[in-house]
Amino acid sequence: MEDKLNKRQRPKLDMNILKRLVSYISKNYKKRFILVFICVILTSVSMVAGSLYLQVLIDDYITPLIGTSNPNFGPFIGAIGVMIVIYSVGTLAGFIQSRVMVDITQGTLKLIRDEMFVKMQRLPIKFFDTHTHGDIMSRYTNDTDTLSQMISQSIPQLISSAITIVAVFVAMIVTNRYLTAVVILSLAFMLSITKNIASKSAKYFIKQQESVGKVNGYIEEMINGQKVIKVFCHEEITKENFDKINDELCENAYNANKYASILMPTLGALGNVQYSIIAIVGGLFAVYGIGNITVGLIVSFLQLSKTFIRPISQISQQLNSVAMALAGAGRIFNLMDEEPEKDDGYVTLVNIKHENGKVVETKEKTDMWAWKHPHSDGTLEYVELKGHIELNNVDFGYEENKLVLHDISIYAKPGQKIAFVGATGAGKTTITNLLNRFYDIEDGKIRYDGININKIKKDDLRLSLGMVLQDTNLFTGTIKDNIKYSDDLASDEDVIKAAKLANAHDFIMRLPDGYDTVIKGDGSSLSQGQRQLLSIARAALNDPPVMILDEATSSIDTRTEKIVQDGMDKLMEGRTVFVIAHRLSTVRNSKAIIVLDHGRIIERGNHEDLIAEKGTYYQLYTGAFELE
Amino acid sequence: MIKTLAKSIREYKKATILTPILVSIESIIDVLIPFIMAFLIDEGINQGNREKIIFYGILLLICAFLAMIFGILAGRCAAKASTGFAKNLRKDMFYNVQSYSFANIDKFSPASIITRHTTDINNVQMAFQMIIRIAFRSPIMLIFSLIMAFLINVKVALIFLAVVPFLAVGLYFIATKAHPIFERVFKTYDKLNNITQENIKGIRVVKSYVTEEKEINKFFKVSDEIYKDFTKAEKIVALNNPLMQISINTVIVLLSLIGGKMIISNNLTTGELTSMISYAMQILTSLMMLSIILVMIMISRASAERIVEILEEESSLKNNEKQIKEIKDGSIEFINVDFSYVDDDNKTCLKDINLKINSGETIGIIGGTGSSKSTLVQLIPRLYDATKGEVKVAGINVKDYDIESLRNEVAMVLQKNVLFSGTIKENLRWGNPKATDEEIIRACKLACADEFIENFPDKYDTYIEEGGTNVSGGQKQRLCIARAILKKPKILILDDSTSAVDTKTDSAIRKAFKEEIPNTTKIIIAQRVSSVEDADKIIVLDGGKINGMGSHDELMKNNEIYKDVYESQMKVES
Repeated sequence: MEDKLNKRQRPKLDMNILKRLVSYISKNYKKRFILVFICVILTSVSMVAGSLYLQVLIDDYITPLIGTSNPNFGPFIGAIGVMIVIYSVGTLAGFIQSRVMVDITQGTLKLIRDEMFVKMQRLPIKFFDTHTHGDIMSRYTNDTDTLSQMISQSIPQLISSAITIVAVFVAMIVTNRYLTAVVILSLAFMLSITKNIASKSAKYFIKQQESVGKVNGYIEEMINGQKVIKVFCHEEITKENFDKINDELCENAYNANKYASILMPTLGALGNVQYSIIAIVGGLFAVYGIGNITVGLIVSFLQLSKTFIRPISQISQQLNSVAMALAGAGRIFNLMDEEPEKDDGYVTLVNIKHENGKVVETKEKTDMWAWKHPHSDGTLEYVELKGHIELNNVDFGYEENKLVLHDISIYAKPGQKIAFVGATGAGKTTITNLLNRFYDIEDGKIRYDGININKIKKDDLRLSLGMVLQDTNLFTGTIKDNIKYSDDLASDEDVIKAAKLANAHDFIMRLPDGYDTVIKGDGSSLSQGQRQLLSIARAALNDPPVMILDEATSSIDTRTEKIVQDGMDKLMEGRTVFVIAHRLSTVRNSKAIIVLDHGRIIERGNHEDLIAEKGTYYQLYTGAFELE
Repeated sequence: MIKTLAKSIREYKKATILTPILVSIESIIDVLIPFIMAFLIDEGINQGNREKIIFYGILLLICAFLAMIFGILAGRCAAKASTGFAKNLRKDMFYNVQSYSFANIDKFSPASIITRHTTDINNVQMAFQMIIRIAFRSPIMLIFSLIMAFLINVKVALIFLAVVPFLAVGLYFIATKAHPIFERVFKTYDKLNNITQENIKGIRVVKSYVTEEKEINKFFKVSDEIYKDFTKAEKIVALNNPLMQISINTVIVLLSLIGGKMIISNNLTTGELTSMISYAMQILTSLMMLSIILVMIMISRASAERIVEILEEESSLKNNEKQIKEIKDGSIEFINVDFSYVDDDNKTCLKDINLKINSGETIGIIGGTGSSKSTLVQLIPRLYDATKGEVKVAGINVKDYDIESLRNEVAMVLQKNVLFSGTIKENLRWGNPKATDEEIIRACKLACADEFIENFPDKYDTYIEEGGTNVSGGQKQRLCIARAILKKPKILILDDSTSAVDTKTDSAIRKAFKEEIPNTTKIIIAQRVSSVEDADKIIVLDGGKINGMGSHDELMKNNEIYKDVYESQMKVES
């Protein structure tokens, strides 16, 4: 929460981000961007020209004709024609601008969104472990929303405002210098007031954001614990606490809003004052004949001054939202700039077949796999995929200089089951994070079928490792889609076979639409146990030589667990398996049990050995220690 | 919908009504300005009359000043009304959620309740402020500008009316065409967010199955849908501006043409023409503002609907007339109880449950995943209501009790339990806000939590992070048990609450229960046979029905499932 708040504080206008954003847009939409630019200029100029032309019309075409008995309307009609042309050009340019802008905005947003998602898929797990989900999500929601407004509205408006200001200013000077001076004076006054109000509102703006964070945090915590609140009849106290922070938010929001909403009428009023002063001054000048001021001139100058003020107040109003949008864009760019997961692996996983006693690579789908290992001397070696895993003196820390694993050495021969046991934070999960290279080790070596895993292409390494995680993540879609998540081409038979292996078939058949039952959201319509069975089925379909089971059976009741265990045993057959379980019943038949404590291996051996040893495992087993 | 939302205005009614009034006054003054300007030009400048120029000039300044005062007041009122309205709305929603039953809570996901409290409220607040400020200002400006134009010269002003049908047809076309697309886009947006969220949450699955490409394609598809729909909708909306510009420009050209001729023939003055043109501009501005508001309302409508959904959701627990406050003892009875989460006879989770539990007994419940163990016990403190049959506590139907009294006497430790951010003491006092330190320590000793708490540097003042992430699973469970004990309930239910606690501590807790709170009825749901072995009675649930009931020895003799479970566990643990 703290982190979020700091980022959300009243942002400064970051010109670098603006530049990058504009270059991002112009890079992808160069021609259209230029077109929009031209259109913006045309609209602004035609607007100024339109109001200037009114003077010409009145002074040169209407006034001379007043009182003439038989007026010649020819030139007058011609002047109206010019007016129509000016307006038409402006309208047409505006029309083109807004339509093209839609393409640019939505296109750019799509590009940004897509690029962000693609980049995100390439980020290392570390990024996801160090950022909250809400934080990452907000870049796709809030930040993109504000950005969309900024591209579609703020950017063209800023350009047009700037152009209008310049054009009108030139027009004003050309029209009359004295009256221009009046406008400049009142403008200076307006700017100082705007600045004053803006700085006052900024103070409350920060406070408001803090309160928003507090209220949102509170709501989040309470809603997530809503059932506990009910059980303890804690509703009244919860409401009371809520009222306190909610009132505080209201107070701060009111103050922030108060100043912000004063800005518009103040500027409007000052515009009116200026309007009046010009009329008075201009009128008096005209009466006294100073500076060649005519009625037409005053009229068009009044128009000009209005046209001059509008973009200025627009800019000042947009400033806050532009700054917010830039902050959002900054966060989006930050995500895009994150260092992607590095992969220097060159050993790949390929299908092989035996031909004339020789191993041959093939594109066919055979059940045999091999590591294709090109050596530096140009020779090519095929190493059959077996699932032999070796960790040699591995050290690792999530942060620099803070090791969480010390000198870990583990050997797992193909088909062996290795179990990790230890308290929370002992490093069990960390070891599995290293096997599939979610994180890279600091020191030591991990070998897969004799190959250093750093040499293996990450995708291929991961494909060869099956994972059943503690938090079962299902995706919106049917049960079938979820089971064949890793392989869209899998046949229905494969799916059913995998489900049967995981003992998930029975409960799936009891669901209303069987395998076509749609799981929504996080699959909350299924029990924890059922979800785990699905994720086991998913792993079974993938059929990897090595499996990592991270507390996979933790929330299945012992009876179901037995059913699952049978399936698992089938699944584990001929596979190398790493199990992390907090129930010792699941690890008993392991080839080796590794007992971890504070990142070090303190005991290892099979169940009987360890019981006989009467060490930590024995104590855990007899229930003297807690596993978690 | 508007009625439901309007209920939350309450004490901000004054500000809410005052805002449009102030805005109206401000607008009227604004409209007057060009009118006065016409006099200044015609009677002042054109006549060369210095006094008139100064007189009208000062009048203009006064108007501008007044407009500012009213504008500022209106701004303040609008800020007060809108922030206050948002506050009340948030409060009403939060309060209503507090009144929800478990069934209501199950209906919404926590994430969606949270977004409704945050993003949706924000949208509605913005729209509300817009409506009370600009939605009144623009039509007033529009109408008054028209009136003023007519006052100046009826004939010329008729030009304004000429474009009205054109404008109306155009706007109608835009609104009807764009709205359905917008609605669709918002739904697609939900889809996109869902994909992203699932991807972030399941990133380990994505990476270990190497399905990044698949996820990217999934994302691209929806992203493209949004792009296409949005572009379509926005392009329709983009017609808005040229439509208005054409209308107003036409008006100005016609004004110049007809007005010019009239000036020449002395039927109109230059000043009047200028004012007319100013009014035309003003009308254009108000129309643009109105169309912006229309879009805002379109967007916030979806949010408002989502908020109303929360507000209109009524608690599914209906109270009976009687509100008995006293629960005499801890006896429990189930008579022919059926239960279904979805009110569908074919999907009953509990079928034909008959049970009698005496006060002070210890009851164990055992059964497979999905055998509805949790469902069964949740009927006792009325977290859900039985679909059929009766659940009785101390001989009285639970529906006849005052719900707070009932829940205070029936303490339940939920399977998915939560600790809140705050110190250990604060968390424990959820059980009893008035608990003394001695009582807290006693409860913790009963739950075998005292020992590890004493080992923390800050002991009972140790700060628990949100969700209790800084204590281990077993410690969390024991704190939750202590919290429930502090209620001093007549019935204590532990729903698989010692799964992460080691067997030794588990049995120590049960022993303490037996010795220290012998009169409390204790119901223990467990996976481990060892947790329920020594209970007075053990209930074996299977598929929502009672499969067997009796002591450990009895069940070992006559219940297959129980024997199965026992043997599968003992085999491993022996």
